[in-house]
Amino acid sequence: MLSPPLLWFLVIYLTSLVLMLVTGFWSVNGFTSQIDHHLTGQNFSQITAGAYPSIIGRTVLLAVLVTVTDAIVAFPFAYVMARVATQRTQRILLGAVLLPLWASYLAKVYAWISILEKGGALNWTFSKVGLPNPNLGFTNGAMWIAFCYIWLPYMIVPIYGALERIPSSLLDASADLGGSSWSTLRRVILPLALPGLAAGSIFTFSLTLGDYVTPLLIGGSNSTLIGNAIYENLLTGGNLPLAAALSTVPIAVMIIYLGIAKRLGAFEAL
Amino acid sequence: MSHRVINSLGKRVAVTLSAISIGMLGIATITSGAGASGLTAPTAGMKPASAVGKGEGSLNLIAWEGYVQPQWVKPFTKATGCVVHPKYAGSSGEMVSLMANGGGGQYDLVSASGDADLRLIYGGDVKPVNMSLIPSWKQFRPFLQAPSFNTIKGVHFGVSLQFGPNVLLYSTKTFKKAPTSWSVLYSSKYKGKLTVPNNPIQIADAALYLEKSQPSLGITDPYELTQTQFNATVNLLKSQKPLIAKYWNLASDEINLFQSKTVVAGAAWPYQTITLQSNKAAVADTIPSVEGATGWADSWLLATHAPHPNCAYKWMAWASTPQVQAEQAVYFGETPANSLACPLMNKLQAGSCAGYHADQPDSYFKTIKFWKTPLAQCGNGKSDCVPYSQWTSAWTTITG
Amino acid sequence: MRRRLARASLWLWVLGVLFFLFAPIATIVLFGFDRSNVETWPIQHWTLSWYSVAWHDPQVRAAFALSLKAAFAATILSLVLGSMAAFGVHRARFFGRDSISLLLILPLALPGIITGVALNSAFQWAGIQLSIWTIIVGHTTFCIVVIYNNVIARLRRTSNTLLEASADLGATAVQTFRFVTLPTIATALVSGALLAFALSFDEVIVTTFTAGAQNTLPIWIFGAIRLGQQLPEVNVVVTMVVVLMFIPILIAARLTGSENFAPRVAATQPK
Repeated sequence: MLSPPLLWFLVIYLTSLVLMLVTGFWSVNGFTSQIDHHLTGQNFSQITAGAYPSIIGRTVLLAVLVTVTDAIVAFPFAYVMARVATQRTQRILLGAVLLPLWASYLAKVYAWISILEKGGALNWTFSKVGLPNPNLGFTNGAMWIAFCYIWLPYMIVPIYGALERIPSSLLDASADLGGSSWSTLRRVILPLALPGLAAGSIFTFSLTLGDYVTPLLIGGSNSTLIGNAIYENLLTGGNLPLAAALSTVPIAVMIIYLGIAKRLGAFEAL
Repeated sequence: MSHRVINSLGKRVAVTLSAISIGMLGIATITSGAGASGLTAPTAGMKPASAVGKGEGSLNLIAWEGYVQPQWVKPFTKATGCVVHPKYAGSSGEMVSLMANGGGGQYDLVSASGDADLRLIYGGDVKPVNMSLIPSWKQFRPFLQAPSFNTIKGVHFGVSLQFGPNVLLYSTKTFKKAPTSWSVLYSSKYKGKLTVPNNPIQIADAALYLEKSQPSLGITDPYELTQTQFNATVNLLKSQKPLIAKYWNLASDEINLFQSKTVVAGAAWPYQTITLQSNKAAVADTIPSVEGATGWADSWLLATHAPHPNCAYKWMAWASTPQVQAEQAVYFGETPANSLACPLMNKLQAGSCAGYHADQPDSYFKTIKFWKTPLAQCGNGKSDCVPYSQWTSAWTTITG
Repeated sequence: MRRRLARASLWLWVLGVLFFLFAPIATIVLFGFDRSNVETWPIQHWTLSWYSVAWHDPQVRAAFALSLKAAFAATILSLVLGSMAAFGVHRARFFGRDSISLLLILPLALPGIITGVALNSAFQWAGIQLSIWTIIVGHTTFCIVVIYNNVIARLRRTSNTLLEASADLGATAVQTFRFVTLPTIATALVSGALLAFALSFDEVIVTTFTAGAQNTLPIWIFGAIRLGQQLPEVNVVVTMVVVLMFIPILIAARLTGSENFAPRVAATQPK
């Protein structure tokens, strides 16, 4: 059962990836710009100095923030979809979550620019109401909003999937046994929703971790993410070894993330 | 090259690895002997075609958006039978990457800018072009017939296409008179209201400014910087960072920034100026008289393994004609290489010839320092200049 | 009383999220009617002309068709491979099964540029011409995890006793799959397929390096946005795609949003 997908990954993806990442241990000769095939740790020490630690920190922090925000925004919504709404409303809500997925990612980021920028719709609305302008355009805040927005459906759908399958009898039992709505939520619903939350968080977290187009478009002058640093070194500068070394950072972060999720029991909740 | 490490991995892997690294690093193939003796382009010895044969019916282009428009593609296909398949790239880096291995037997031509040209040429990804097969070439402005970014030792690797200066765009509300120096982009007076391109080649703009403001550094060519000169430039850019509202990535980004009055001054292309002005924004641009400006110049370069060489030659010839040059210049907002395009531009859009400086004499463009790939080998025969890979990592440090 | 208040605030939350989801979409639609190619709020001059421009643009049509084809094929492939991986990992208890999850997630977690360039050089090295097939291969690689995640989350919520019961009652493996397993995971498959399709349909970075001299819709859009010459045309194209997708999404929502497949209670008795 496992071999076809594994074979696919090994042959197509992993081989090319490993071949590329191995270069992280090589270096580019500063004077001839050619790859020097001597093993070296210089790229890895380079990414622990200068601007890189703050770039890495910023990226991970943003990915965590986006994931937490999306989980908070998505959970009540998914709960209403799965447990409160009538079947008809349920379908409409699911359609409403999925529909924005078809409006191109790039167009959506652009829409947020025109909403958040100085002369944008948000400032305009605030002025009309007589509030001070939030001026969110081209800041890390704008980046956070755009990421939360773009990945939100990827959080809602798995949580909804998990909640929808909870048998009503279980909730009734909890109520019968004297559990308040709050403790039913905390002791029954939340643990059962955990696999969905975990699945959703993997999307929001990893998609934010690897993105570099949103920061380019909507970020400000302090919005460089790991993806941007990799892009620049790889494509603009032709410094493949440094880009490869940088690529090990998201891999390491994902290993840690999955480790935490596993420890929390997110994968084995049932 | 030392293969000591990879020997243990097995020869086959080694071959793969070199193929990949060479492919991805345009300049990785610069031969190890290169240095003070000078560089050699691997394909320089290839004999270019002596005649253009029958078209192959198809043509694959890597181009900037706006360079392959139906207005001039349709008549081309009608006349030659070559169906054009454009692929749009977002940056010079993407172009170099897509052109790996001589275009991979996939692509015929790339509309690369000067900052990518030498990487493609020394990477062996493009090959010599026979200019006698491009009839309109003789009508080109003299300085674009064999410019140093696409012609090496008399061997033409590309046909110049269009060019433009990197101008200083400013709000006429803030600046009553046109600024005469790039110093406004480094002035804390406009803190948070400035924008410059998010591009490592921008380091050259700062070097150009230092050339005049700190003559003691001895900068003569903003693309050939010694370590000391380079460090001083990077420091200037680091001090500029707090003043920047946003490093712009797309032309439309910067248009947005000015239209929404987020910024009051920035480095730009004439395209942004024209677009903003036609939307009644209070902006103007200038080439500051103190330092002059950097500029970009694009060329069509022929892929080493171009699968449709005849159609490629037909396209280069077509793109060089005054009419197509004028159409593209007006569409994209740039200056054509063909000196006969000016009146045709005015016919398409009144005043556009002067608007894009296409009516200026060559002496005007002498003040523009055109983009070229920074190499360790300086023009003066020494090899102590800072190469492009370090420009990029420095740029990440500056903007990060 | 408290219950009612809780319910009201839940619905208020839903309305808020809906507003958040659709405000940008509304902005996209509105700017499609803007005569100017520089977006300023509020819109000064209105026009319908961009609709005619977009409708008659052959590049848009070709790009849309290519995106649909690629996304369709990538979704089918990842449905097969993703659910196989999920079943394999779910059943087997072997050392290193966690690393499989990591492996599958990598294409999402690593910047698309890495996946794109790695695949590009692998194709180049193997002498494979870039075409719609290489796009599909690239997309499948990062879509597998979407299906895998959905299916494995569902499998972990499904008790094995159900499958054992089916076997005990004399069902063949095929019968168990058809009448027990498939209904259990069906909704997970549909919603996973929708997300995978959307991810593929919208991908721009990996596609840049795995597509030959052809443009998918997102690549066309990125190109058009870069210069901004005809920005409202992008808005119009996006609007038309959203409208076109309305019906298939409604059908899919009907499939996942109801109890068409399995009786809820039976399928998910917790241990």
